[in-house]
Amino acid sequence: MIWLAISPIIIPLSSAILLVLFRKSRSQQVLSLIGAGVFFVHTVLLLIDISRSGMEVVRIGNWPAPYGITLVIDLFSAIMITVTGFIGLNIALYALSDIDRERSRFGFHPLMHVLLMGVCGAFMTGDLFNLYVWFEVMLMSSFVLMALGGERTQIEGAVKYVSLNFIASVIFLTAIGIIYGKTGSLNMADLALKIGGNESGPMVKSATMLLLGAFGIKAGIFPFFFWLPASYHTPPATVSALFAGLLTKVGVYAMIRIFTLVFAYEVTGLTKMLLIIISAFTMVTGVLGAAAQYEIRKILAFHIISQIGYMILGLALFTPLAMAAAIFYLVHHIIVKTNLFLIGGLIGHIKGSYDLKKIGGLYLTHPLLAVVFLIPALSLGGIPPLSGFFAKFTIIKAALNVESYLIVFVALAVSVLTLYSMTKIWAEAFWNTGPEVQPAGRAMPILMLIPIILLAAATIGIGFFPDTLLQYSHRAAEQLFDRGAYIRNVLGVY
Amino acid sequence: MEIILAIGTGSLYAMGFYLMLRRSLVKLVFGMVMLGQATNLLIFTTAGLTRSNPPVIAENAERLAGPAADPLPQALILTAIVISFGILAFALVLMRRAHKMTGTDDLDKMRGTDQ
Repeated sequence: MIWLAISPIIIPLSSAILLVLFRKSRSQQVLSLIGAGVFFVHTVLLLIDISRSGMEVVRIGNWPAPYGITLVIDLFSAIMITVTGFIGLNIALYALSDIDRERSRFGFHPLMHVLLMGVCGAFMTGDLFNLYVWFEVMLMSSFVLMALGGERTQIEGAVKYVSLNFIASVIFLTAIGIIYGKTGSLNMADLALKIGGNESGPMVKSATMLLLGAFGIKAGIFPFFFWLPASYHTPPATVSALFAGLLTKVGVYAMIRIFTLVFAYEVTGLTKMLLIIISAFTMVTGVLGAAAQYEIRKILAFHIISQIGYMILGLALFTPLAMAAAIFYLVHHIIVKTNLFLIGGLIGHIKGSYDLKKIGGLYLTHPLLAVVFLIPALSLGGIPPLSGFFAKFTIIKAALNVESYLIVFVALAVSVLTLYSMTKIWAEAFWNTGPEVQPAGRAMPILMLIPIILLAAATIGIGFFPDTLLQYSHRAAEQLFDRGAYIRNVLGVY
Repeated sequence: MEIILAIGTGSLYAMGFYLMLRRSLVKLVFGMVMLGQATNLLIFTTAGLTRSNPPVIAENAERLAGPAADPLPQALILTAIVISFGILAFALVLMRRAHKMTGTDDLDKMRGTDQ
């Protein structure tokens, strides 16, 4: 099933090429939607296929494993790709009415598909340098999407976004150089074989830390997150939602992949302690930053950071249960966060402002929007029976199993503060009537509500039937810890 | 030879980071150039230097005779150069636009997104 396996790269690429060829506004919209739909169907088929066969290895150009580029799709990759497909479809739907003619003329739609391709490529690759290339594919399109439209805040945000992500790429490449110098290989399975189990020399340690820094900047973990709240609220809601849902999570994915496969023996002692401390600080600083904000999109941007902390915690605990929790958390968070940004965009569209001090009374005028806001908001705060509850519950259970009570306390306190921020948006934008004079807004396009309802339905679905996703996460986590099988599958021999 | 290249790489990194911390848009771009080059040089050096032994198989031989230079780092560097060229081209246009819009090249004055 090689075609199905590479379809997450081929389909967005073909959509992007077609979109460049057909420049008419209407045909762009139709093509983009069809492309995203076909993409989503294939990602689901891929997930079904992988959950049966376990793992798919594609050798590009039939070069044997450590020499050529290999794409490796295990269950973790397949889950992430499927979520990407789902988000892609919803974003394409939302973009129909949110993206103005000007932005669409300057290539919004093809860039969106290239971004999806980069994200999927990063999820699939089994080669460290190839991972760098996919990161760049993803970043290049995100740079342009960030600046597209050329408003003043956008350009300022883009300067920060571009320079910090460039530094992250440079650090990543430095780590690749060191690793290649040390081992003479860049295939992840081969690296796992060469580095794993051996003495951890200073070169390996420094490469580990460099990779932690590089992926950390991209994921927005504690000391490196400043670019995120400075830029994520500047582009249109469609773009913010796409970035908020997927981009930081690719950093988390890369961290989990590298630390479970290549540097599995490094996650002990000091490194493990470091990861736990980072996760705690990420959670706390993110949620405190959000508490101080009154701009909807900035509150949400800070919450990305605090939620990333939970995922890093899942990685840091480094037990199969914790890893399953991290995977569950990733899926839950991508869906919920994208949805919240889309709703934020819709609030801005209706009310003409994102500032909570200037708006209010949405509950009276738009009750349906109020209800669909509550679903992801309460889920983010971890209220049962929504998806966030099971995500937090599993992670806290995993932390209790290894008796890290302090971190459990931090996680619970942060979850309460998250709820505080969500109730702040609820109270100020929906419940209170707000100031007498409010900025003029526009009517609510029904088309924008469809993806929001779809995503909310997914949140409820995961909440009421968490077993399916939990099972998948557990199987994916077990697969992540079975490094031998991965290496055998990629290299053919052990 | 390695020592000279190592010192060169280190200085390029130092210069790059120093320039990026100078709060000026132009110096930011120059810092990016330096950092990109520093990494390329690092890959080139760490992968091991072999002088005047190209990895080319002689005409009527089956395999390489003796140790030869590793061609892979050069392929990596080439890819990295192309990518950083693209990013730099975009960054230059972006910086120019930012300078035009804000009327300043001081990064400290670009606080529009922080409020």
